[in-house]
Amino acid sequence: MLEINILLLFMIIGAVIAVEVKDLLSSVVAVGAVGLGLSMAFLVLKAPDLAITQLVVELLCLIILIRATIRKDLPFSTSGRWLFNTLSTICFLAIFLTFAYFALKDLPQFGKPVMRVAKTYVEEGLSKTGAANIVAAIILDFRGYDTLGEATVLFTAVIGVLAIVRRIGRKKEGKNEG
Amino acid sequence: MLTYFLCFILFSIGVYCVLRKRNLIKIIIGLGIIEYAGNLFFALIGYRTEGRSPILTQDQAIKNMVDPLPQALVLTAIVIGLAVTALMVAIAIRIYEKYGTFDITKINKLKG
Amino acid sequence: MKAKNEPGMTLIVKTITRLTVGLILLYGIYIVSHGHLSPGGGFAGGVIIALSFVHLMLAFGKDVALKKLSMSFAGLLESMGAVMFLSIALLGFMGGYFFLNFFSKKGLPFHLFSAGIIPFCNIAICLKVGAGLFAIFVSLVLLYKTDE
Repeated sequence: MLEINILLLFMIIGAVIAVEVKDLLSSVVAVGAVGLGLSMAFLVLKAPDLAITQLVVELLCLIILIRATIRKDLPFSTSGRWLFNTLSTICFLAIFLTFAYFALKDLPQFGKPVMRVAKTYVEEGLSKTGAANIVAAIILDFRGYDTLGEATVLFTAVIGVLAIVRRIGRKKEGKNEG
Repeated sequence: MLTYFLCFILFSIGVYCVLRKRNLIKIIIGLGIIEYAGNLFFALIGYRTEGRSPILTQDQAIKNMVDPLPQALVLTAIVIGLAVTALMVAIAIRIYEKYGTFDITKINKLKG
Repeated sequence: MKAKNEPGMTLIVKTITRLTVGLILLYGIYIVSHGHLSPGGGFAGGVIIALSFVHLMLAFGKDVALKKLSMSFAGLLESMGAVMFLSIALLGFMGGYFFLNFFSKKGLPFHLFSAGIIPFCNIAICLKVGAGLFAIFVSLVLLYKTDE
């Protein structure tokens, strides 16, 4: 699979730029490029549902991140134990990648998935649910509990954002001071 | 095998960003890269060579379909990732209002 | 080059937004309603619908967008989506268990009215995701306004 490797190299280059560049706005734009590369990779991997969702989610994520970074400073301080921190992080990642190399050998070969559960879904999905899109049949019928949990997490995140940004607490502070 | 390893390299770039950088926004970006790598790894496991996308058509039977189960799992994870990113951004903005900086070492020293 | 100190972007952006925002909303509704036949579904369609309102807010300022869909109404829609999804799941107990696809006649496959409960679940999830993400965006923007 040459296409997916090229897309992955593009994503890695974008991620390195996003991590290392000093300007925050450039960093956010680079991570947007990584997300769009991921969307294209999903399209190559024959997952059109994921490609559409990743594309639109990436747009909204970019808007929210730009809202956070606009007109904010970037403290780029290299004081302290710079060498020790970098070396220990790189050592940890090298050990992690070495073990990952040995662990990945035992996975099934790329391009030959073990479809033990999914065989039932593919064969009986149309007759049991009547939906032509097998992914929709799985997330809303066979694995409905999964989607229910997702809805709960989304609800909790929305409530958390609304509780963090509300202005009632700040009014009390102003009354105490003035 | 090479594809899996490249995906893990992407993951480790995100881990490096989270461990090493001091800016809160950079840490959020690193978590986003980790999330992308995880989603991509799920989709890579389910891929089948010369496969078709998991959507049935009316007049032909599809024999070589890619695995639809990881795609269904990732579909929910993408939207959750957006909501969690928004939550982290809200917390970061509040911290910026209170301390006037995004540097995590400076935040540690001040007391509210 | 703002004309009369009105909020939002310039005239060019506003004119293009008037043309495109309805099409974006229509595309989101199409993605949701054909979620069981073609790629898409409740998640992607909900985010597209939220993006159409975000587009309106970025171009015209917060007052115009909040007149179309106010904050409390968005909260109401989100709760309604959650309750609708849960009640569809609970209705499965009529036939035996949670999340049962309880229609006896599921309709003709590959047509719009088919697949039992899946289109209704798609609509519920679309309401939930779209209203929730719009509420997140509006709250972050309003926080920014009060900083000034």
